[in-house]
Amino acid sequence: MSGKTQAIEIKGLNKWYGDYQALKNIDLTVQHGERVVVCGPSGSGKSTLIRCVNSLEEKDSGTICVDGIAMVGIQSVDAIRSEVGMVFQQFNLFPHLTILQNLTLGPMKARGLSRAVAEERAMQYLERVQIPDQALKKPSELSGGQQQRVAIARSLCMEPKIMLFDEPTSALDPEMISEVLDVIVDLAEEGMTMIVVTHEMGFARKAADRMIFMDQGAFVEAGPPEQFFEAPKTERCKKFLSQILQH
Amino acid sequence: MKLRTTILITSLLVLAGCTSNGNWGWYVIDPSTKNGANNIRFLLNGFGATILLSVLAAVMSMVIGMIVALPGMSSNRWIRLPSRIYIEFVRAIPLLPMLFWVFYGLPVVLKSIGINISIDAFWGAIITLAISDSAFTAEIYRSGIQSINKGQTEAAKTVGLNYGQTMRYVILPQAIRRILPPLANQFIYIVKMSAFASVIGMQELTRRANELVVTEYRPLEIYTLLIIEYLVLVLIISFCVRWLERKMGSDESK
Repeated sequence: MSGKTQAIEIKGLNKWYGDYQALKNIDLTVQHGERVVVCGPSGSGKSTLIRCVNSLEEKDSGTICVDGIAMVGIQSVDAIRSEVGMVFQQFNLFPHLTILQNLTLGPMKARGLSRAVAEERAMQYLERVQIPDQALKKPSELSGGQQQRVAIARSLCMEPKIMLFDEPTSALDPEMISEVLDVIVDLAEEGMTMIVVTHEMGFARKAADRMIFMDQGAFVEAGPPEQFFEAPKTERCKKFLSQILQH
Repeated sequence: MKLRTTILITSLLVLAGCTSNGNWGWYVIDPSTKNGANNIRFLLNGFGATILLSVLAAVMSMVIGMIVALPGMSSNRWIRLPSRIYIEFVRAIPLLPMLFWVFYGLPVVLKSIGINISIDAFWGAIITLAISDSAFTAEIYRSGIQSINKGQTEAAKTVGLNYGQTMRYVILPQAIRRILPPLANQFIYIVKMSAFASVIGMQELTRRANELVVTEYRPLEIYTLLIIEYLVLVLIISFCVRWLERKMGSDESK
């Protein structure tokens, strides 16, 4: 990993769903170790943007380059996905497998690690998210917060350089939000490069290097969190912040 | 199950009671006489062929169905198209005409392109049943697989699994619980449809009943026994299907 390449470089990204343009000419550069928080009203294209980074959504035009790998063709997509971990709003754990099997499936099948090595690594990450004692349970036996922490550990088991979080706390009961955010903050403090789509503004203040506000498929405003929260430049952003900070 | 048994026994009693009015001739299948016992043995010997035919056709149908179903779920319409055409086409052909076509027509077609094989009644029936059923099997697979949340595929992609691995380790183990019960149901359908194999000379339950009717002239009694034979066979399978459904259902809640 040379210091010159950026973690993520997106230029002129466009995404259409039929006649509806979900992303309009997006440019975004994320440096290694940078923590970017993306917020904005629903339907503004935040999730679509990060789903384009690991090609869960196919771009219509523009260039995406992740850790020096240009997204061209199927092989590059595989290479990029192996660098990028993702955590979903709905956790998306594999319900028929135990927690431990959820964590070892990727390392064993995609990376070819032996069961022993994969399980050792899995336990190490389960300890980091503080649920090693649940390893042999099925996902449905865990609380939402625990499931999301397992999902984070599952991504980390692939040892990604970049983590994408797609509204990781939106499906959680309020009392479980902080246990998940704490794990993400820890990761941020260790220097993990990440893009987080979230409306948790307390978390954004604490962990973000840069805030991006999106609306109707475009960046409306971007900047460091202090400036973003204290002195938003655009009316649209001010209104959005006042609405979500009321509570 | 209790109700079914009651109905079955009651109807048997009613039918047996009819012997007194002279229209019935149960002697053709009376096991206490030598001729009757021989006839029964002749009829029951069809079970093996019917079961073998049904099982082989079901297995082939499951394999063909999967081969048809997987491309049918592609996001690319050109990959999807052949699968759709196959399903719509096969589903539209009634079993009996297809059976005639495979048995009498297919060897001619094969011969014209240089493949000189004859298709006997056994394989003709199996191929026809399997193809005809595979369209339905494919749809069962498709609905089962598509009922699994899209997030599962996405999560599998993000942990580096390819298409085959995602299917094998993530999607199919979950889908199988929803696929197996309707698939087993479809098997009952195959068992019943296997009776059509009699028209091309396959020596299964129905064919044997037909042949016996020709020599004994007692269609009422022989076809009654034939229906009971199918009834018993299907009841046994349907009992297994229920058991399977219960087992799958309780697994799902775990």
